[in-house]
Amino acid sequence: MSDSNDESDNVTSEALPAPEGASEIIDTEYEIGEQNITPQIGPFGLDIHNPVFVISGLVVVAFVILTLAFQTQVEPVFTALRGFLTSNFDWFFIIAGNIFVLVCLGILVSPLGKVRIGGADATPDYSYLGWFAMLFAAGMGIGLMFFGVLEPVYYFGTPWGDQPLMRDLGIVDGELADPATVEAARRMAMAGTIYHWGLHPWAMYAVVALSLALFAYNKGLPLTVRSIFYPIFGERVWGWTGHVIDILAVFATLFGLATSLGFGASQAAAGIGFVFGIEGIGESVTVAVILIVVITAMALVSVLRGLDGGVKRLSELNMILAGILLLFVILVGPTMTLVSQFFSNLGAYFQQILPLSNPIGREDDGYRQGWTAFYWAWWISWSPFVGMFIARVSRGRSVREFITCVLLIPTIVSAIWMTTFGGAAIEQVIARASESAVFGYVIEAYVPELSLFGMLSELPLAAITSTIAIILVIVFFVTSSDSGSLVIDTITAGGKIDAPVVQRIFWVTFEGLVAAALLIGGGLVALQAMAVSTGLPFALVLLLGCVALIKGLMAEPR
Amino acid sequence: MFKRIVVPVDLAHSDLLANALDTATDLAKHYGAKLIYVSVTAETPTSVAHNPKEFADKLAKFAADRGVAAGIEIESKAYTATDPTIDVDATLLRAAEDAGADLVVIASHKPGFADYFWGSHGGRLASHATISVFVIR
Repeated sequence: MSDSNDESDNVTSEALPAPEGASEIIDTEYEIGEQNITPQIGPFGLDIHNPVFVISGLVVVAFVILTLAFQTQVEPVFTALRGFLTSNFDWFFIIAGNIFVLVCLGILVSPLGKVRIGGADATPDYSYLGWFAMLFAAGMGIGLMFFGVLEPVYYFGTPWGDQPLMRDLGIVDGELADPATVEAARRMAMAGTIYHWGLHPWAMYAVVALSLALFAYNKGLPLTVRSIFYPIFGERVWGWTGHVIDILAVFATLFGLATSLGFGASQAAAGIGFVFGIEGIGESVTVAVILIVVITAMALVSVLRGLDGGVKRLSELNMILAGILLLFVILVGPTMTLVSQFFSNLGAYFQQILPLSNPIGREDDGYRQGWTAFYWAWWISWSPFVGMFIARVSRGRSVREFITCVLLIPTIVSAIWMTTFGGAAIEQVIARASESAVFGYVIEAYVPELSLFGMLSELPLAAITSTIAIILVIVFFVTSSDSGSLVIDTITAGGKIDAPVVQRIFWVTFEGLVAAALLIGGGLVALQAMAVSTGLPFALVLLLGCVALIKGLMAEPR
Repeated sequence: MFKRIVVPVDLAHSDLLANALDTATDLAKHYGAKLIYVSVTAETPTSVAHNPKEFADKLAKFAADRGVAAGIEIESKAYTATDPTIDVDATLLRAAEDAGADLVVIASHKPGFADYFWGSHGGRLASHATISVFVIR
């Protein structure tokens, strides 16, 4: 994977594109960078897209200042905002999620799947392993650490009535239910969790990634979100229509990322307190903010080392650490149970996917609005970021290969992860009921940051594995912050990926600041509120993007 | 003295290259050396080209035109980088090595305060290359 440039060395040998590599280059008057301005700020020269960078930069700076200035007043606003959006628009998010899955599956089986991204002789820059490492590190890393134990155990025994589809509960009034109900509750808990981490999120990523890749590599338009909409708006995408789309994408990415950073910081802080026995660290916003500052500084170093020297190395390190942790839990935990449960969980997922995706006439408000709608908004707000990452590594693959690799394989990996961490935790609850640590953190009192560490504490070598888990959270944090700022930088530079490095530094810094400001001014709920409120308009944008994607694919030679 | 001279070319700013290109042409004629233009592009569409192939073609044409004007033969070779902002220097070093160059002639901007943090490409090339580097300002 280090020989990333080898294929390019021969580009001079083939003067003209091979006939098979033909693609429909969109003929536009627009020249990449023509709207860019190159101001000199102090000693630093910039190369930025005029309205997009200026507006998103100013709004973000103003947002940080206002949130910090009015911290006590803004908290109830954020809480109300998140509640309002997820309880009134849950049906919209659920329908949108279903459409993305159907579009992906439709393209997969239709002749459009034969289209090749970037022409016939382009070869991928990264091996599958390096690619998946980056995909997970950027796309779901922190979330998998935060929710891997929390979510399945929560659905299994929630005392607040949030279980998926209002079905069986494994624990009633602090006591285990009868074995048949426990098994049914376990299956439903796993199905409800995998649903949130399976086909739907990856379909959202795949739609954005495929669209970005198609319009940049095949059509020759700049690598930015507005290019996707060329088939719909034509030359107008270079005007305010496009500016609005790009600015929305920047906000969605920034706040979606800040949400993850908030989860990561509070989990790392709680973990440090747990492992080293320091009271009160987990609840301290100050500690979380200090962690955000330190980790943002690490992200700065990583961003200065570039894609290959920074994100890719860290992602590979993380994949190894995550693999070790996963294997450890499988081998030391209930090995055979987990292996057999993996298949039973996948079965439960496919059995329940239709009732869970149904947008209307359901009574499980707690699950549908509190969890599904939030997740969908969160994934959608992440989609420009993860999508652009996937796009940059997908040249040379056919659309069919692409969808298989982005939709199906990550779904299986997520299912393995959730089966292992959630399954092991549920087994602990079943074995020791209210005496298990996980029970204490998820069902008795709700301390989500500690759920993972509670599960690890009941396995051998807890001090070592918990430390590995903290390192994983921190490094996932660094890779997300780093790769997120690369993507925001590309969008705000009008699709240029060779803009001056000082712009990345600006975005890394402000991602950390946004996360810190939101944690201070309202905690995790503020972060979630912003992710949901930027996810909503962007979901509309993406639905329109599906139409453009299909139009764009149909115009390609197959 | 010099047999193979490599000149990094930025097609997006070819107007700023005149001094370096003219110097390189003079040196090539003087020593009877081979002149090779190299350039690094992103794999994504840029202001210069829609894709790396088109970029390579444009570079080849640029080199050929300059060659005709100068009355010598100028070769060219295009490189791609996944993260050009960071990877340009390393890629140019590799380009000089691939070409078996014994001299690099590169245009550079005036050093300023920011160069203490991120040096110019020319400056960094000069401090890392094992061959001679001629930075034209």
